[in-house]
Amino acid sequence: MKTIKTCVTALISALLVFSPVAYADKWSDQFPHIKATGDIPGECSYESMSKKDYSGKTLKINTHAVPVMGEPTALHAEQFAKLTGAKVDVTHTPAGDLYAKAMVPFQAGQAPYDIVFGFSNFINDWKRYLEPVPKKYTEMRQMKDVTKSHIGVASWDGVMYQFPVDGDRHYLKYRKDVIDNPEYQKKYKADTGKELRVPRTWKEYGEIASYFNGWDWDGDGEPEYGSAEVMKKDDLMYAAFFSRSVAYSKNPRTPGGFFFDLNTMKPLINNPGFVEALTDWVEATKYVPPGGINFGLGDEIGSFGGGQTLFSFSWDDALIAAMQDDSPIKNKVAAAPLPGADRVWNRMTNRWENQYNQAPYIVWGWAVGVAKKSKVKEMAFDYLCFFANDANHQADLAIGRFGVNPFKKSDFDPNIYIDTMGWDPEIAKSYTDTLLEMEEKSKNRVFPLRVPGVFEFTSAVATGTSKALAGQLSPQEALDEVAKEWEAILNRVGKDNVKAAYAVGVAMEDNKL
Amino acid sequence: MNFKHKFVFLFPGLFVLIGILIFPIIFTIRLSFSGWNSYTPEMNFIGITNYIRLFTDDPRFWESFFRLSFLSVTTVVLQYIIGFSLALMVWRDIKFKRFFRVMFLIPMMTTPVIMTVIWRTFFHESLGPVNDLLGTFGIGPKWLSDPATAKITVIIVEVWQWTPFMFLLLLAGLLSLPKEPFLAAAIDGASAFRKFVFVTFPLMAPISIGAIIIRLIEASKIMDTVFVLTSGGPGTATETSSFYIYIKGLREFQMGYAATLSFTYLVIMIISLTIIAKVLTKLMIKE
Repeated sequence: MKTIKTCVTALISALLVFSPVAYADKWSDQFPHIKATGDIPGECSYESMSKKDYSGKTLKINTHAVPVMGEPTALHAEQFAKLTGAKVDVTHTPAGDLYAKAMVPFQAGQAPYDIVFGFSNFINDWKRYLEPVPKKYTEMRQMKDVTKSHIGVASWDGVMYQFPVDGDRHYLKYRKDVIDNPEYQKKYKADTGKELRVPRTWKEYGEIASYFNGWDWDGDGEPEYGSAEVMKKDDLMYAAFFSRSVAYSKNPRTPGGFFFDLNTMKPLINNPGFVEALTDWVEATKYVPPGGINFGLGDEIGSFGGGQTLFSFSWDDALIAAMQDDSPIKNKVAAAPLPGADRVWNRMTNRWENQYNQAPYIVWGWAVGVAKKSKVKEMAFDYLCFFANDANHQADLAIGRFGVNPFKKSDFDPNIYIDTMGWDPEIAKSYTDTLLEMEEKSKNRVFPLRVPGVFEFTSAVATGTSKALAGQLSPQEALDEVAKEWEAILNRVGKDNVKAAYAVGVAMEDNKL
Repeated sequence: MNFKHKFVFLFPGLFVLIGILIFPIIFTIRLSFSGWNSYTPEMNFIGITNYIRLFTDDPRFWESFFRLSFLSVTTVVLQYIIGFSLALMVWRDIKFKRFFRVMFLIPMMTTPVIMTVIWRTFFHESLGPVNDLLGTFGIGPKWLSDPATAKITVIIVEVWQWTPFMFLLLLAGLLSLPKEPFLAAAIDGASAFRKFVFVTFPLMAPISIGAIIIRLIEASKIMDTVFVLTSGGPGTATETSSFYIYIKGLREFQMGYAATLSFTYLVIMIISLTIIAKVLTKLMIKE
């Protein structure tokens, strides 16, 4: 008996001593950011970086404003400086100026920054000024863990120019406590004759959002609304429009282009598929919160994350915000693939095909590269590799405001979110399943437009679609105007130039790369 | 001291003038004849291609210019009326005159971008306090999401921010007016209204014209308010020339074309403001 008691006491003591600091190591003591996991061995781990000596060298970084991406950049810069002895200067720049702030010195042959943060769709314009990621990094274990989609997003024609630090895609977020609520399911069925479920199509999305619009369905004394969407002109809204368009226009049976017909370079933006999507979107202005037509990404995150709407779709941030510890709707939300459509446009036969279609949109997101003219390239790549090492990455994922989202295969393990972030297992599974399906399994993906003059094309979409949302033009008129503008841009940039660049994206969409 | 010595003293000022005024204008003109953009990163020469595009194929610029004209004229007229009224109020001997003078200046002393963010929060249609308050009366205007009301919102913010500037100039003018004409009017038994119409207003005409022109120049550059409040939306309802030029230059990186827009805009503004100044002088200053 005494022996058993002694053993139990020893076991309990051991648990008490070791469990709370199961991952504690000398690095997590110094760097509390990684306290949940401790240092994770790897080529760019804390341990590995501590063996580098960059004393007397300065690394200059231009990144986004705090907090999204700006805060983790600064945090990892501080850690990197402490580990390697380097001096790291971080400049924060608003999103709208990131492109120009790097591009102007690039074009003038200067490199005021060694590392430049931007968006992945800058790649075509920036690649000639960026140093390709060296083989040493592309072949390391950390990189082998990156999904195929995000290797593609960071690369151009097989050469990696952007170091993967973040992953982005659009998907559906919904209030699980409402959609799975038996009372609401019964009520919805009685009122509409239809099943209340996670919407499979955009039409169904609209019907459910309209039903749950403008009344207090969560009992907090405030009215809630159907959907929060990025509709503010020029504030990433064109990406939201493409998310709504893929179901109607990305036909797996018509390879050779989603935005243009690759053979003729005729813009497809005003075909009936896109018009149908814009018509749905105009309808959506009726079930967004008051002022929702002026919502930027921050508003969308705040609206859905704050429990104001039933649905939302765009980047991960709204879901992460909703699942943070201080959120009133933690563990009441879930993820699902973007809705599809009951018919899809066939641009070859010029007819609708009456069959269900769904297509993931691997939207552009944060990207970062090292300037070709940098004098401290090795240190710059080491910093980026350290930024995205497993310990930092897992800690960053848990902080919604950081804007760091899954892009590694190991990120799709639901246990990460259950163990370190306190997510409900079912929700964690819905999240990882949704992402994994989009990233690794779907064969009908759409990638962002990455051609010369990309901002002219997307700006034209933003202007046209926002005119339709504001009621200044009908959806068809608005998209005809966009198509006309795209033709003009093609003529200015040169059809052949755009075609050559677009072919790379189409090859990815057609699963040839 | 001969002529050459005098010329030497002019050099520092001249260099500064060339550096900060002449060079940027000449550079902009040169840039406007180039096709510099993200895919042609050079100051090549493309003749008047950009100007042809502007005058034959860019209705959006002209729409934004007319929208700007409407917004700037409306805001400046309102600022003048309100600013003049406030200046007249604190010109007289009223209680807490000093307090009011300082209070009326506060909006101008705040940072426009920060204040616009605060206004945007006020006018937020689902979370802002304005509609929360109006909701008790059963109304909830679409401050930022309706094309017509969005213009009104921009006007409200601009008027709030810049009326103090008008107030300050007009108050300075009122304080410097000679007393004699007012004494003469009082002896003649003129009413307050007649004194304002026949004495104060005519005497204030030169400074009023100056204040209006200065404000028109500033108002025609309206950018931060539009950028923060509406991003030019909904649709293109509040898109002004400067915001459009910003989109073309810094969002789409069409540097050459943006320079064309900027230079054309500069020429139009110089011509129109000269005409406006002449018209105002003719209307307000009687010989």
